[in-house]
Amino acid sequence: MDWGWIGRNLDLIGGRVLEHVALTAPPIVIGLVLSIPLGYWASRSRVARSILLVLGNIVYTIPAIALLVLVPVLLGGAILDPVNLVIALTLYALALMVRSAADAFAAVPHDVVSSATSIGYSAWQRFFAVELPLAGPVLLAGIRVVSVSTVSLASVGALTGIENLGSFFIDAFQRQFLTEALVGIVAVLVVAAVFDVVLQLLGRLLMPWNRRNRRAAENPALLRTPPIGGVA
Amino acid sequence: MIFVQAIAWILDGGHWVGRAGAGNPAILQRLGETLGISVISVAIAVVIAVPLGVLIGHTGRGRLVAILASNVARALPTLGLLSILLLLIGINAVPIAIVLVLLGIPPMLAGAYAGVEAVNRDTIDAARAVGMTEWQIVVRVELPLAASLLVGGFRATVLQVIATTTVASAFAFGGFGIYLINGLAQNDFVQMLAGAILVTVLCLLIDGALAVVQRLVAPRAFPAARRIRLRRRRAAGHSGPRPSRGRGPSRKVCSHEEDLQRRDRGHRRDGGDRPDARRVRQLEEPERRRIGWR
Repeated sequence: MDWGWIGRNLDLIGGRVLEHVALTAPPIVIGLVLSIPLGYWASRSRVARSILLVLGNIVYTIPAIALLVLVPVLLGGAILDPVNLVIALTLYALALMVRSAADAFAAVPHDVVSSATSIGYSAWQRFFAVELPLAGPVLLAGIRVVSVSTVSLASVGALTGIENLGSFFIDAFQRQFLTEALVGIVAVLVVAAVFDVVLQLLGRLLMPWNRRNRRAAENPALLRTPPIGGVA
Repeated sequence: MIFVQAIAWILDGGHWVGRAGAGNPAILQRLGETLGISVISVAIAVVIAVPLGVLIGHTGRGRLVAILASNVARALPTLGLLSILLLLIGINAVPIAIVLVLLGIPPMLAGAYAGVEAVNRDTIDAARAVGMTEWQIVVRVELPLAASLLVGGFRATVLQVIATTTVASAFAFGGFGIYLINGLAQNDFVQMLAGAILVTVLCLLIDGALAVVQRLVAPRAFPAARRIRLRRRRAAGHSGPRPSRGRGPSRKVCSHEEDLQRRDRGHRRDGGDRPDARRVRQLEEPERRRIGWR
């Protein structure tokens, strides 16, 4: 372990941390935002549910490194553009998140929804004032899982020359320099932990009522069997 | 058009055979490398994870271990794990296989424990009540009922391992990922895309095959129950399928019918508080209903 190297390369480490955050934050946010309407749709229609889940399963079956190349070819972009990584990570995030969102909306008690309808809520009002808040804790649990896996997965992008924390692993291997690889892995874990703390704080801020029975909602997404797929 | 070129690249017979070298992608050799290390790693992961997962599911203890394992595997970057182990152990297949096993264990563990845990407690209690040993309960009740989720875990493990081999290609391991690495180094996008297509097709094929297996092993409660019922009826001297009876819970009718037959042959099972069977059989249907004999 060469501590001096860390001191000398703080700029490089800081820069790559920022790159990593810039590449992983958008997929998590976009994945969450898009999964809400898709998940709601899936919770309403069995056909939609099976179509979306099968699509998600197929996406999750494709290894990341292959999807990184397939995305620009199918969407017509440049093959080495960092945007490809953002799109690929968004697809993975959606593949995981739509299932969570569908479960979240399906778990909203039927009586509550009927009550809201009967006291005169319109469909939109009911969605934003009743269903979305009640689905919130499960959505939060799902997005926490997505956040951790997105941060770890983004490092694969380094293989196609997209600079991020994963670049440390390639450099370390080529230079036979263990310290660099350890720095990279710790940095990935720290970024994931920070994201998780931010998500939890946001959850408390947006859903203050949820604090007391937090244990009950303690990540049901983690207890479920993982989705079929590799990604790596 | 790069897509067409990539398909042509894959369909080129010369690209499949021979040893890998300058200008020869040797797809068959790469396929062999990928599958070889994957089979070994998956086998080791299964041997470790299935007994552990079944134990956790059966006893209900150590659930935290399974959850923790899958969280750690999710958080650790594959690339980092590979580079660290290769630097520590040396550049050969052993550290790569270790990483594949480590990443393959959590999904299998989760599938095994979730499958066993999901078995209805009443069913297990019933098995215990009829005198099955713990071992018999695991092997004859829990495993068959958990089969679908077990295969699901296996499916996830296999795909995880294959996906990881593509990343391992960056570290002096062959496999399909090599086309992406080499293609990038040589600015040969056709080769990159061909590699991506090959990996994707391989994963989808394996996933599809295992999905079929998963469906086949899923316990089908009704057909099995029906088969057992028919077997019993045949053992009781009844031949051929039971005549259709329209509405109503057929099972109840069936068991009473069995009773009737047993009585015909001189069995006396009940205390005798039922209506006389022979007389009932001569009654018309509405009359039978009236006395509560369905």
